Amino acid sequence: KPIETSIRNKITQQLTPKYLDVINESPHHNVPAGSETHFKVVVVTEQFENKPLLQRHRMVNTILSDELENGVHALSIVAKTPQQWEESDKIVTPSPNCRGGFGK
Amino acid sequence: KKSKVVVFMKGVPDEPRCGFSNAVVQILKMHGVKYDAHNVLEDDNLRNDIKEYSNWPTIPQVFINGEFVGGCDILIQMHRNGDLIEELKKIGIISELLKTEQAKDKSSEK
Repeated sequence: KPIETSIRNKITQQLTPKYLDVINESPHHNVPAGSETHFKVVVVTEQFENKPLLQRHRMVNTILSDELENGVHALSIVAKTPQQWEESDKIVTPSPNCRGGFGK
Repeated sequence: KKSKVVVFMKGVPDEPRCGFSNAVVQILKMHGVKYDAHNVLEDDNLRNDIKEYSNWPTIPQVFINGEFVGGCDILIQMHRNGDLIEELKKIGIISELLKTEQAKDKSSEK
């Protein structure tokens, strides 16, 4: 799982997350088995404090720009501060189902 | 920038070709928002240009009043926490959800 590992490593290094989950959702989509095309990342870090959601997502997108340019086609992001995470139900809902549009 | 709400998506509102695009379509429908939709699957240049323009790597992309708002995750979040209603109000669109709520309030006052 080279891409999943790389996503995990980069976010760990650059955002020092209190909690991190990298979920490969590719099996839900119309791609070959073992693909690494669709991901969801859950990042909880103090670095998101006082930053609007758009900026938090941009931080993650920037860290993963190589992956997004090279094969990762969908990236769903949950970006919370430790306090928001504690206050939340900590249930991460799966991404919407595929509608067959992959690849074109 | 011709419409107040513009969406770049995969497919068209009546037939979204991606779950993320569909989520955006369904949210805007709930709020009764009229918008311009552009199908990036029809046009590779558009698909690349819009990613560059907004400095955002994925589709769908939502613009309100010419401002990039975000993708599907952000729109869902704004829908849940009420920010979307506020943003729409700023540009003179009263969300259907707000109308329903106000109607309820009125009937409970009586």
